[in-house]
Amino acid sequence: MRKTQKKTLITYAIVIIAYIILEIFMKAGMMSSHLKGLLVPMVYYAIAAVALNLCVGILGELSLGHAGFMCVGAFSSAIVSQLLSGAIPDALRFILALIIGVVISALFGMLIGIPVLRLNGDYLAIVTLAFGEIIKNILNSIYLGVDSAGVHLSLKSQMALGLADDGKVLINGAMGITGTPQDSNFTIAIVVLLISLFIVQNMIDSRDGRAIMSIRDNRIASESVGINITKYKMTGFVVSAAIAGAAGVLFSHNIATMQATSQYFGYNVSIMILVYVVLGGIGNIRGSVIAACILYLLPELLRGLNKYRMLIYSIVLIVMMIINWSPALRDKRDKLRKKLMKGAGHGAA
Amino acid sequence: MALLEVTNLSITFGGLRAVDNFNLTMEKGELYGLIGPNGAGKTTVFNLLTGVYKADEGLIKLDGLDITGHRTAEIDRDGIARTFQNIRLFKDLPVIDNVKVGLHNQFNYSTAESMLHCGRYHKVEKEMDEEAMKLLGVFDLDKERDYLSANLPYGKQRKLEIARAMATKPKLLLLDEPAAGMNPNETAELMETIQLIRDKFDMTILLIEHDMKLVSGICEKLTVLNFGRILAHGDTKDVLANPEVIKAYIGE
Ligand SMILES: Nc1ncnc2c1ncn2[C@@H]1O[C@H](COP(=O)(O)OP(=O)(O)O)[C@@H](O)[C@H]1O
Ligand SMILES: [Mg+2]
Repeated sequence: MRKTQKKTLITYAIVIIAYIILEIFMKAGMMSSHLKGLLVPMVYYAIAAVALNLCVGILGELSLGHAGFMCVGAFSSAIVSQLLSGAIPDALRFILALIIGVVISALFGMLIGIPVLRLNGDYLAIVTLAFGEIIKNILNSIYLGVDSAGVHLSLKSQMALGLADDGKVLINGAMGITGTPQDSNFTIAIVVLLISLFIVQNMIDSRDGRAIMSIRDNRIASESVGINITKYKMTGFVVSAAIAGAAGVLFSHNIATMQATSQYFGYNVSIMILVYVVLGGIGNIRGSVIAACILYLLPELLRGLNKYRMLIYSIVLIVMMIINWSPALRDKRDKLRKKLMKGAGHGAA
Repeated sequence: MALLEVTNLSITFGGLRAVDNFNLTMEKGELYGLIGPNGAGKTTVFNLLTGVYKADEGLIKLDGLDITGHRTAEIDRDGIARTFQNIRLFKDLPVIDNVKVGLHNQFNYSTAESMLHCGRYHKVEKEMDEEAMKLLGVFDLDKERDYLSANLPYGKQRKLEIARAMATKPKLLLLDEPAAGMNPNETAELMETIQLIRDKFDMTILLIEHDMKLVSGICEKLTVLNFGRILAHGDTKDVLANPEVIKAYIGE
């Protein structure tokens, strides 16, 4: 088996094993309801981190607006689910909402990418930062509803929609979207994570992925061997936006009332996802998943230790940074991993 | 018909005429040397030929096709591949993947097949691996296939860059100071490699070089640049005997 293939299989294995262990804990009633509530968010942030790592680590372009793509995926899929709720079977409706959320996020990725990715230079960071804030503010200020007469849109108030009696408010301004079916659960989230990992890891080990990474490593050389730079930058970025959209779909189907607030979709969230990516190792997809899970859960689990919470959190941040970024420790880590794998191999044989 | 015909090529950088009225005709199969002191404009000629810079004036014809104004990626597909004076490898990719990026346009499967590893993926990847290994074998890099290219010794990095350029199946190969920074052993080995690609692939090569031994050893013809202008051109022996050339370049 090729080395890269082995590495990707290990990633799937880690996710599945962690899932099984947590499920057992849950079924055995050994998990507090507080912790149970953290599992789905933990997974959608892991998905967002995988998406962002595709953009930052594989394509080599900095995005500060991935929470914006999550936001687009969350709102578009919530609207789909609200409209189709009851009309078609739930499973089918969720899959449809997921697909539409992903596609619309991808479209927004394309809209941003077409003008920005043609340029050589770090323009993407600033444009995505603006995009994230703008999309959040727009969704905060629009009122959207449907009735038998069709779709109604207003920027003033819910009353101004003038909905008929059979009407339904979809987006209620700053009050957001209420009553989206709660389809997300830990299992579904893990399935979406596995699909995202499958797509990203496959891509890295493919003709498209090599073209994308060659641009990251040396744009001029990449052009000189005939790579269409704009096309492959777009491919990487759009797929990244689409996967962030999938994380948003899980988000909107996991929360009773969703508002486009900074807490959920602001630039601070984009930065938080970036921290997961950086600390997990830029370009290291598995690292992103692990870092997102640890760093998301940790502050929540430490709530009891009020005083020391942030202290412990910062120590963990520093330790992770050292482990992932100090060359000497990275060597040691890889050697240790090799040894462990060998041991496991002997055990199996 | 000549393989490469360059007429009246010129470019100015903020008042500096870096290349002034450059002309060059290369026949298929030739190994042609482009020499001249530092700053003479040699690399700029390569950048003009490969579309990195747009010429202010002039015409570039490859195999009868006017490629003036084509973009860099297009020019590679037209049939000109190059290496760089300062090595530009895909440093975080393994050796074999550097070559496979070079093979990109000769093999095809869709983005969906890339993402799902379905359809043509496995078959085409296998073909690409075989083709890449063949090339790596020619350049004696097959044992290093899984090394990160940044971890190769200098001489091998140069070779890998040539292998990557050759992977694009060019009609014309441009080598920018391939022996720069090499020790005599590595230079000797490089000369063999260049001879080898000529014989094995029937390649036409334009070579920028500082190492006179290398130039006089393998180039049949030379063009000498000085301050952006052609000082002399013709058969290697004649050019190297030209007193003006000796004064401008070799005597310095
Ligand atoms: N992009 C550029 N902008 C301004 N000046 C340049 C540029 N590229 C090359 N030059 C100038 O053109 C001249 C020729 O450079 P170059 O072609 O690199 O010389 P060499 O013969 O050593 O390869 C030099 O004076 C260099 O400073
Ligand atoms: Mg030069």
